[in-house]
Amino acid sequence: MRYDIKLTIDYIYESPAAGARQILHVMPLAIEGRQRVIAGSIHIEPKPAMRQDRRDFFGNDLTELAFTEPHSDITIVLKARVDVTGSAAPGSPSPDLPELARALDAQTDLGPRSPLHFLAASPYAEPVREIAVWARRHSPPGRPVADIVAGLGLTLHREMRFDAEATTVSTPAAEAFASRHGVCQDFTHIMIIALRSLGIPAGYVSGYLRTLPPPGKERLEGADAMHAWVSVWCGPETGWVEYDPTNAVFAGDGHIVVAHGRDYADVAPVRGAMRISGGQTTDQFVDVVPVNETVA
Amino acid sequence: MPGPAMAPRKDRPSIVSDYAALPGVPDELLSEDGRVRPAWTKLIAHLDGLSPEERERAFARGAQYLRDAGVFVRQYGDGKSPRDWPLSPVPVIQPEAEWQALAEGLAERADLLESVVADLYGENRLVAEGHLPASVIASNPEWLRPLVGVKPASGHFLHFVAFEIGRGPDGGWWVLGDRTQAPSGAGYALENRVASVRSFPGFYTDSHVERLAGFFRAFRDGLNALRREDGSRVGILTPGPMNDTYFEHAYIARYLGMMLLEGDDLVVDQGRLMVRTVSGPKPISVLWRRLDAAWADPLELKASSHLGTPGLLGPVRAQGVTMINALGAGILESRAFLAFLPRLSRVLHGKPLAIPNIATWWCGGEAERAHVRDNAHAMLIGSANSTRLPLEPDAGAVLKGDMSQTGLDLDAWLEAESRNLVGQELVSLSTTPTWQDGKLTPRPMRIRVFMARTRDGWQLMPGGFARLAATGQDPSAVSISSGGSVADVWVVSDTPVPEDSMLMQPGEVFVRASPGLLPSRAADNLFWLGRYVERAEGQMRLTRAYMSRLPETPAAGTPLMTALETYLDDLGLDMSEGVCRKVERTIALAVNSANQVRDRFSVDAWASLADLERTVASMRKTVVPGEDAAAAMGVLLRKITGFSGLVHENMYRFSGWRFLTIGRSLERAIGMADLLARFGEWNGPQGGFELCVEVGDSVMTHRRRYSVTASRDTVVDLLALDPLNPRSIAFHIDEIREQVSLLPGADVNGQLSDLSRAVLRIHADLSVHTPQTLGQPELVELEKAIGRLTGDIQAQYLD
Repeated sequence: MRYDIKLTIDYIYESPAAGARQILHVMPLAIEGRQRVIAGSIHIEPKPAMRQDRRDFFGNDLTELAFTEPHSDITIVLKARVDVTGSAAPGSPSPDLPELARALDAQTDLGPRSPLHFLAASPYAEPVREIAVWARRHSPPGRPVADIVAGLGLTLHREMRFDAEATTVSTPAAEAFASRHGVCQDFTHIMIIALRSLGIPAGYVSGYLRTLPPPGKERLEGADAMHAWVSVWCGPETGWVEYDPTNAVFAGDGHIVVAHGRDYADVAPVRGAMRISGGQTTDQFVDVVPVNETVA
Repeated sequence: MPGPAMAPRKDRPSIVSDYAALPGVPDELLSEDGRVRPAWTKLIAHLDGLSPEERERAFARGAQYLRDAGVFVRQYGDGKSPRDWPLSPVPVIQPEAEWQALAEGLAERADLLESVVADLYGENRLVAEGHLPASVIASNPEWLRPLVGVKPASGHFLHFVAFEIGRGPDGGWWVLGDRTQAPSGAGYALENRVASVRSFPGFYTDSHVERLAGFFRAFRDGLNALRREDGSRVGILTPGPMNDTYFEHAYIARYLGMMLLEGDDLVVDQGRLMVRTVSGPKPISVLWRRLDAAWADPLELKASSHLGTPGLLGPVRAQGVTMINALGAGILESRAFLAFLPRLSRVLHGKPLAIPNIATWWCGGEAERAHVRDNAHAMLIGSANSTRLPLEPDAGAVLKGDMSQTGLDLDAWLEAESRNLVGQELVSLSTTPTWQDGKLTPRPMRIRVFMARTRDGWQLMPGGFARLAATGQDPSAVSISSGGSVADVWVVSDTPVPEDSMLMQPGEVFVRASPGLLPSRAADNLFWLGRYVERAEGQMRLTRAYMSRLPETPAAGTPLMTALETYLDDLGLDMSEGVCRKVERTIALAVNSANQVRDRFSVDAWASLADLERTVASMRKTVVPGEDAAAAMGVLLRKITGFSGLVHENMYRFSGWRFLTIGRSLERAIGMADLLARFGEWNGPQGGFELCVEVGDSVMTHRRRYSVTASRDTVVDLLALDPLNPRSIAFHIDEIREQVSLLPGADVNGQLSDLSRAVLRIHADLSVHTPQTLGQPELVELEKAIGRLTGDIQAQYLD
């Protein structure tokens, strides 16, 4: 499936920002067997004093920007054409938890995709007792990891209410879980915490969703802005799979990956520091349109 | 081994005749046969020769020094109130030969740590080859992924490390913990040394005690050698005054003559790290950081950090700046490493550790877990990733297998949390004498020692920072972590040691290694310090003028007193209190500004400001309005002018002093213009002219100059226009003009800066006035114009 993606992010400051430095994670990622980036460009207005494109630890593409002149707004526009060539659903039977633990103990890899990075606490995914108890209750022993993922994801989807207004970027997962509502970020962080509490490596995927569903299908939640879902390591055979708890599906050909990280902090679309005295407002628009239904 | 019940030993000096070492652990003072160890004999003989009064006086001198110097530690969660540093007056003495062996052993350990951390941020062979479990690294919050693959500019990760050591029951040294992130304590060791020298002034000179200055000089020279050849500088990066060891940062910066910088002072410009100074951005290529790495760059590390510099990792990656130590080196502090270092030493060095570390087992291994479970009664079990010092129990740690606090089962806990736990053997440590209730008493101790990479390799500071347990009951290392006291460490040579010092003498303590480089933040604080001190002084003079008139004022009030009351009320000065809150607040603001630039003040100036703050606080409890308050203001005025005097007499006349002076003059000129506008009019209340002259502290001058009673003309002439009266507006406009013209960037190629132009305009306006033309509206305008200079200064130098 081939898509044309357009993302526009606007920042408007109450008073001009004196200097700003930002890291963008917005460019779709090339992943063997999953997606191919045909073309992509990032346009920034006003023109930054410095721009550097590089890779981060996890292998994601990032763009670092610095502005030195005072400015009262910034517009970031990403345009990309991407072929999604495979899904991220489990392709082979996965082990049970004790077997997964043994496989993890045998790991000596500390490279970008090593599952070991995704077991410990991270800034947005600190352990939460209530989530761990909930995860244990909804993961009967002896089941393959991939089944546990799907089971937990479905339960979470049923219990949580999607509510774009209820939470912000800084709402802790524990709080969103306690009131059982939130946005894709909250769904994702809660599921990451739950899986890690069971000893299952789980990470955060930031990406895009196809805006309008294929004919006859329901529109997915989260298509209006950048979306987030979970990546889970299901043992050495199955490897990484991706699950979208907001929509209770394994990521398919409508999910386009931008970046992998331990949680939101690693892959936030715009991460930045600036010196401003007043407040700021942000707007984000995403358009993901299939180009040609027949392309493989 | 001597026990507590032993009879006094006649073969020892009387001061130690009934000193009873604890059973089962070595004592630093006494050898196993109960004799005073050779390194101690001189000091013991010296103490023995003093009368009890002389001894107490000697010890008090050391304590007095620390109080005067304002040495304090700030403790988090303790109401943030600074507390005195408790110094035990008796140093811990170590023979030079033994120290040398320790130095060699620790140098090997430092090299080992360097190899390990270089591998963790480089090839990762130790993990790949199975010498270190991958999960120990992957789960460690100090393994900073953005730094993986980044090579340090200097070629080394470690340049300044500390080791926490203690002497075990067998008499040998043990490493209790490695400090590789941003070890603190070296500055305190220096301060303790100054204090102990005060206690034993004559004795110290001939005591063969190794001096500390050489160590710091070698380290400083090492840092200077790491600079890039572009005129760039070395700075010390501090988290700021709210940090618990800020005092030490300021002290070390002053001692070494280095700029003390906060994250906000630094900016990344075109890939280079620059310090924002009043002369514009200047390059920095070596940063001795006292800030934990995670806080150093909010862009790529901890996003919530307000202490760091956005984008710092850029120049680090490009090898444009050497961080001391490299960002990420803190991973070596986690307890889990102590479990693997013995093995890593054999793998990397082909031999066992020269100085063993405290026995530690990582519970991720099955056999190790079983060992910890079976020996839990003799262990501390806690987080494998914790960077707290070993044997400093933190939340969730289990001591001696006592699970009662956790409500968990030991076996189940070990199984469930295996990879996240370590067990550490509880050790007993040697004792050293402290002075308590008029006699020497043994206390368990451990020492933090410091090692610097110099151009001649690793050097161990010949001294250290000893911590003593609060009581002598429990010799286990755990007892030393809370309460207790600290002590100086003397390394004593058999032969005389050369004199050596880097300290300036009191009275000329304002040290600036590089005139011209004044960070903007420091300039800002100095400017405001000048303003607040002057403002406080003005508030005191007004209060005194009111209070001294109060007893003679009828109940219905006089027009002058009524006008004065209104004026004081406008200024927020509440005359129902003897010493009003506003004065206290203004002084607190001055102290706060001074605190941010502590590295720029002499001990005396700091002590005098602290004394002022204390005096105001205690006066507020007792002083009542009227004569009492007037007298109190007199005391405060003498104290505050004492501080101003110390600063202005002692401070090096460069940019920093100029900002302080401009602040002071600006405040004084504004205050005077305001006062004259209110009380200097013909139609004002009777006695207004005399009030102006009094508050302007110009009574004597007025009498001499005019020989008449005060009139509007004489008052305005003397207090506004006379350029020779140091209380007049004209005098201070002259002063501001002079200082501004000497600041960097006052004019560019002959063209005046906005600030210079504004000052010149005020100066010109004022020069053409006479007492007749300078009326109330003109004074109000003048006050406003002077006030606006703050904005110009801010815009040109401080933002």
